[in-house]
Amino acid sequence: MTDLLLLNVSNGLIIGAFYVLMALGLSLILNLSGVINFAHGGFLALGGYLAYTLAPYVGFWMALFLSPLLVAVLGLIVERTMMHHMYRRDPLYSLLLTFGLAFIFEDSTRAIWGASGKPFSVPAYLANPVSSKLFFLTHYRLLIVVIATLVVGALFLALRYTREGIRIRAGTLDLDTVSSLGVNVRRLRTFNFALGTYLAGLAGVLAAGQIGVEPTMGAGLLMPSFVAIIVGGVGSLPGTLLGGLLIGVAAGVTTVFWPAASEAVIYVMMALVLLVRPRGLLGEEGLLS
Amino acid sequence: MRIAGDRRRWIVLAAVWLLLLTTPFWLLHVGGYMALGTRVAVLALAAMSLNFLLGFTGVLSFGHGAYFGLGAYGTGLALKFLTHSTPLALVLGTLLGGVAGALLGALIVRRRGVYFAMVTIAFGQVFYFTAFRWSSLTGGDDGLNGFARQPLHFPGWTADIASDATLFYYFVLLVFAIGTGAMGLLLRSPFGRTLLAIRENERRARFLGIPIEQHIWLAFSISTLFTALAGGLYALLNNFADPTLLNYNQSGEIVIMIVLGGMRSFWGPLVGAAVFVVLQDYLSSLTQNWMSFLGAIFVLAVLFFPRGVLGMRLAGTSGAAKPAAPAPGPASPSSS
Repeated sequence: MTDLLLLNVSNGLIIGAFYVLMALGLSLILNLSGVINFAHGGFLALGGYLAYTLAPYVGFWMALFLSPLLVAVLGLIVERTMMHHMYRRDPLYSLLLTFGLAFIFEDSTRAIWGASGKPFSVPAYLANPVSSKLFFLTHYRLLIVVIATLVVGALFLALRYTREGIRIRAGTLDLDTVSSLGVNVRRLRTFNFALGTYLAGLAGVLAAGQIGVEPTMGAGLLMPSFVAIIVGGVGSLPGTLLGGLLIGVAAGVTTVFWPAASEAVIYVMMALVLLVRPRGLLGEEGLLS
Repeated sequence: MRIAGDRRRWIVLAAVWLLLLTTPFWLLHVGGYMALGTRVAVLALAAMSLNFLLGFTGVLSFGHGAYFGLGAYGTGLALKFLTHSTPLALVLGTLLGGVAGALLGALIVRRRGVYFAMVTIAFGQVFYFTAFRWSSLTGGDDGLNGFARQPLHFPGWTADIASDATLFYYFVLLVFAIGTGAMGLLLRSPFGRTLLAIRENERRARFLGIPIEQHIWLAFSISTLFTALAGGLYALLNNFADPTLLNYNQSGEIVIMIVLGGMRSFWGPLVGAAVFVVLQDYLSSLTQNWMSFLGAIFVLAVLFFPRGVLGMRLAGTSGAAKPAAPAPGPASPSSS
């Protein structure tokens, strides 16, 4: 029983790591630009598929490095050509735009790479378990956790100490003031959007090694990411981090006791949080609402 | 001006109903089929119900697919297990969606804007997973079947809506008339005017002493009730319900119908639903990559056509024809 519980807690943490990467990207874009990026799952899937295509030529590590960057370039193009028209408008329009983009992304990946899932093999030394006792803990799973931790750590440090990071945080609170202080908000938003999609692409590559690639792999992660943001508190990146880990573990643990409810449990958590603490665990009142 | 506006309204109303009532006589001649017309009427009711909230109260719900689906499942389950009366099943399904909407509405009514949209989407997924997982009741991924709409029995006459597609269309149209009529009357009542006031300037309305949360909750509940009614009709149309009806994709489709038609116009969503359903029917027969085209419709509508068909018309004439909405642009006055 404890082994089973440990297995599912570790599963939950791995899934939580994906939720966190995905939700942090969504959160960055939502906080600065007020846009819910429905196409975020599409960016994630694209990251996975690019790695799947690139890995045979450049190897796993190079694919892990390149794919998210390529995804970020696409994010940059999408922001430049379409998204930035939406900022002055009602949030409804950006929602519909990204919603349509999500359709196009999913259908395009299906058209290019086929509708059925494909296995994505990681190097053999990564696929091996760490020890015979902890048979479920492969090196690859450890790698996911390590990379997620490093990237999230770097992101938080950058937001705290670099000039662009401080501008992004300030823009979350009061974009007008940031703009009148002479910051190029247009460029800041573009950079921020690309950063968010980079995180999605990275999550996509990591997820590909774990579960393989398929066209809907990102769409399935989108809703839990929303829940992570709401549970953690809209407007708070540490909240998103906490929310992602919490719902990941909650889903993992529920799998042990009541498998059928493992998807529903995160929504119950969200309802509870909204009832008891409407702003979310670490959220501030009044942001974006 | 007032009289001219009233006359205009009557002309529009007469034209819309003339078109709807005569549909069975011309639809087949322009290449349509009866079920297509019925689908337009059903989805138009759903879109107009959501627009009650979106266009006239100014609250962005992106989770109305859930209530559409709940109405469908409720009606289907009632017909399968509880009753042989089609209207009774429809009422039960509608109540299921409406009650769920009222309960969840109370939980989220304090949120606004993007936040509100996000919470409505996420909660909608609860019902999707329930329908997906509870296969013993709902049929799971395969969907709910094993029910069929039943003929209506009147004293001395039986209306066989089960096999006569045209009769069923008129049954749907009757329900459509009740639903849209009720919403139209509500919007012209003091309650409806208050909703418009909240849409135009929530802060000012609050200072006037209007209980905002209560009004938005009522608008949300009414809107989900009629969306569920439309969902019930959809289940009757297909004699089938599946989990995708509850999904957020369904919500997105209903929203795009509103935007295509024009969200500041009462009949706009009807036009949008007609355009969307016909396009969907045509394109999905034409190409495998239907989803890309659907996505392109979303993107193009948002980038180049944000006011919708009827919105363009309203912008072309003077704002006086529609006193409630003096040509408001797509930009929201309070977006941050």
